Amino acid sequence: MTSDTAVPLLSVRDLRVSFTLDDGLVRAVDGTSFDVMPGQVLGIVGESGCGKSVTMKAILQLVDRPGKITNGQIMFRRRPPGQEAGGEVVDLALLPPKGAVMREIRGAEIALIPQEPMASFSPVHTVGDQIIEAIMLHGHRWDAGRRITRAQARDITIGLFRDVGISMPEQRIDAYSWQLSGGLRQRAMIAMALSCKPRLLIADEPTTAIDVTTQAQVLALLRDLQHKYNTAIIFITHDLGVIAQMASYVVVMYLGRVMEQGPVDEIFHAPAHPYTRALLRSIPGLTGATRTALPVISGTLPHPFNRPAGCPFHPRCPDVMARCAEAVPNLEPVGPYQAASCFLHHAEASAT
Amino acid sequence: MAEGSIAGVAAGLAAEDRIAVASNWKLVWWRFKRHHLALFCAGLLIALYMIVLCPDFFSTQNPETTDARQAFIPVQSVHLFDDGKFSPWVPAIVGKRHPVTLRMEWQADPSRKVPVRFFTPGPVYQVFGLFESRLHLIGPADPTQRIFLLGSDRLGRDQWSRIMHGTQTSMTVGLVAVALSVILGVVLGGLSGYLGGKTDQVIQRVIELLQSVPTIPIWLALSAALPRDWTPIQVFFAITVILSLVGWTTLGREVRGRFLALREEDFVLAARLAGCSRMRIILRHMVPTFLSHIIATSSLAIPVMIINETSLSFLGLGIRPPAISWGVLLQEAQNIQTLALAPWLLIPGVVVIVAVLAFNLVGDGLRDAADPYSG
Amino acid sequence: MTRYITQRLLLLPFLLLIYSFVIFVVIQAPPGDFLTSYVATLSASGSSMSAEQIQALRHSYGLDQPFVVQYGLWLKNLLQGDLGLSLEYQRPSADLISEQLGLTLALALFSFVLTWAIAVPAGIYSATHPRSIIDHVLTVVNYVGVATPNFMLALILMWAAFAYFDISVTGLFSPDFVDAPWSIARVLDLLAHIWLPALVLGIAGTARLSRIMRANLLDELNKPYVVTARAKGMKEWRLVLRYPVRLALNPLISTIGWYLPALFSGSLIVATVMNLPNIGPLLLRALINRDMYLAGGILLIYSFLTIVGTLLSDILLALVDPRIRVEN
Repeated sequence: MTSDTAVPLLSVRDLRVSFTLDDGLVRAVDGTSFDVMPGQVLGIVGESGCGKSVTMKAILQLVDRPGKITNGQIMFRRRPPGQEAGGEVVDLALLPPKGAVMREIRGAEIALIPQEPMASFSPVHTVGDQIIEAIMLHGHRWDAGRRITRAQARDITIGLFRDVGISMPEQRIDAYSWQLSGGLRQRAMIAMALSCKPRLLIADEPTTAIDVTTQAQVLALLRDLQHKYNTAIIFITHDLGVIAQMASYVVVMYLGRVMEQGPVDEIFHAPAHPYTRALLRSIPGLTGATRTALPVISGTLPHPFNRPAGCPFHPRCPDVMARCAEAVPNLEPVGPYQAASCFLHHAEASAT
Repeated sequence: MAEGSIAGVAAGLAAEDRIAVASNWKLVWWRFKRHHLALFCAGLLIALYMIVLCPDFFSTQNPETTDARQAFIPVQSVHLFDDGKFSPWVPAIVGKRHPVTLRMEWQADPSRKVPVRFFTPGPVYQVFGLFESRLHLIGPADPTQRIFLLGSDRLGRDQWSRIMHGTQTSMTVGLVAVALSVILGVVLGGLSGYLGGKTDQVIQRVIELLQSVPTIPIWLALSAALPRDWTPIQVFFAITVILSLVGWTTLGREVRGRFLALREEDFVLAARLAGCSRMRIILRHMVPTFLSHIIATSSLAIPVMIINETSLSFLGLGIRPPAISWGVLLQEAQNIQTLALAPWLLIPGVVVIVAVLAFNLVGDGLRDAADPYSG
Repeated sequence: MTRYITQRLLLLPFLLLIYSFVIFVVIQAPPGDFLTSYVATLSASGSSMSAEQIQALRHSYGLDQPFVVQYGLWLKNLLQGDLGLSLEYQRPSADLISEQLGLTLALALFSFVLTWAIAVPAGIYSATHPRSIIDHVLTVVNYVGVATPNFMLALILMWAAFAYFDISVTGLFSPDFVDAPWSIARVLDLLAHIWLPALVLGIAGTARLSRIMRANLLDELNKPYVVTARAKGMKEWRLVLRYPVRLALNPLISTIGWYLPALFSGSLIVATVMNLPNIGPLLLRALINRDMYLAGGILLIYSFLTIVGTLLSDILLALVDPRIRVEN
């Protein structure tokens, strides 16, 4: 499942996250596994409610009560800046969420680009202050021995603003988030995420809250930064177009499970899972027949308390078989780097 | 997860249809039902208002009957069972005069049992001023005896009966004062918010003026201004008017704020584009959106009024004797030495706390139920 | 910002003018005047005055003048800094007021500080540990606190102290210090006595404030900027205090101004019950006896302090919240 023999930066195995509500148990993530290689852009795509955001939160141990990680491993390779190899591997799922180790990792080694930049900055502190705070929190990322002073952190922040393409950084650093335009805010948010030189960025639908033109700029920026700093990115979105532009490896999720995963070309041109195929079919295109109904996935997303038995997609699947209602298909390889969890391919796999 | 919780109340797929067609009031009621505590308190308040309707039925005797020889009798608590049989009784009270202080000291004597009955005949009273009745909820088996379920005060008056009558006054004052406030607040606040411009400015300044003057001194001034020779009924009404004159401002501001915000809402624009008249827009479109909020706010204003009336009467500036309200009853407890002798004189205060608590809990429950965005 | 403050400061004298008129109307509205109640008191104690004596007094006090003239006289004196003569005590009102004002303010301010010092941490704890035992206990205490009239609480505490501990909890000073000149020892004695009335006075406000703080903070804790702060790797208590608490406090700060009138009002009742030196009982007597200059002077000072309080809280809010401070 890996693109080279290098060791993965992040390795999620059989992750399960459940929410215990008054009315019942919601299994938001129900057995998800994937790897992220250093410098790779991984795209996690799926409908609302498929568990992609909860997976992201679980990696950062930010799952809110009453949610809890009930099973699984999140193996993360820590590495101090400057080193290229080695580093200890730590299971994030076992770390106490508010403990010192997790807090060291958050921000410094794994950083978050949240969905709504407006609401994600505090309205009563300047954006500069909030970034400076992050830098000073993890000062050792910039200066291994000594503590960073506020003045140094300020300079670093101005440099970061320039890197992300914010003009007049010396003035903008003292602005409040609501004084900036949507595009500038998102750039400032990216600057904050990059402020401690993380090796893994988690971008939670960073283009959902902005318009298409700004979206293109932000995506270009992220691509540049990714090349420059060789940061791995987990890109969470429901927009297949963004995935096609950004990701090199794609994970398709539905109702908390991985339906299919593989290199972006294979996923788009040779999708193995009926769900992926249905998603791709439903993208409206510029070419092709006009005045025909847009193909949609039949049925609706089931109520979280009413999960179907067996394969979670089978009630809506056009290729459903009898087996699908009885057992849950596991993720099995269907190509050199591609895997799908569907009984259609298990038959082939066991046949070959 | 609003879907999940409402679905919990009416489970099943058919229920989702029920929710879709239920009127706003039904939804509010369903949400309110889930707050068990608020429901219990609502029941408590209904019971209190039963007392308001006919306090004499709940009393054991006439609240005005004095007997200086029976002053400061302690609480005679009701025991429901006598040797395992259901036969309610209270212990008799034996009095002894202290040789030095010459004060009467009372002791409960459990060996002498005074039987009491439920739904028993007692002193005559008028029901709504229409017809006479002798029926009382609880009373001594021998109607000529006097029992003091919550003790007696310094004039030998039965506190239980006085509290019952005080309930009638205090709970009514609160209700009427809030009703007046609501009318003033909704009308003035609504005009202010909807019309805007000069009207809004003037009304706003008046509200600010009224709010920044410390309320109690103004009440005191107004209450002290009431002529001493007015009848208790006149004083009663004057007090309610005074309380509401100062209390409408908060509601007025809220209503104004709502109207200002609602004016810009798309559904109001849609109504105007559809050709609705201004009155129709206000009454049929805007008011219903925050009517439930007004009700919730009002139910939270009633306990404030009750506390205000109690405080005023306690100071001697509100309801005056011989009229009875909880505040008037608490006047008896002003003296610490008296209180040390007869701590049961504080019981009217406990009733105040319970009533106010009940109103607050019901009000909170109503407010949560009426808010479409919570739960 | 400065323009806003200057505007409010300029409005101040006009507001006071309007207040003075309203106050005068309220005091003089009911029929009769100081002499009416004075005569009534006299006759209750057995003595009386002849009609000519009453008329002469009325003339010398200026009570037979029309309403507008009386108001004008009062206003003229006010503008010269003269609060008028107390008809009952036959002393300048200013003297009577200043004797009591200091202690009244001390009680109100102490109560205010105590209220915030208790309510804010309690609200923060409740919101960050929802449904814990302490949260439930605090909720119950809050509900009961709001439901209890403050004079009730005073009565209960005083009774308990008297009945069980044989302590008489009245007055603001121990007998030694009552008439003593001001000294450090006297201040300490005051502090030792003042916390109980301040607590009684502030209980309802503390309960209400704590509930609001809890509700505000619960709202803020769910917001995205809290997640961002956590994702930066901040310590939990640090980020809670720095971000959501800051924002939850803002609506509370804007209400500080309204505390002053509430505290003055409340302190009146508590002071009456607990026998504390306070402007309240003075005002009460003045109102009942129609001692109009004294009552008017006190009410005017109350109003002035309230306006100043509201202005201060608005300034404080602007300082604390950049969204208000920075004009777009």
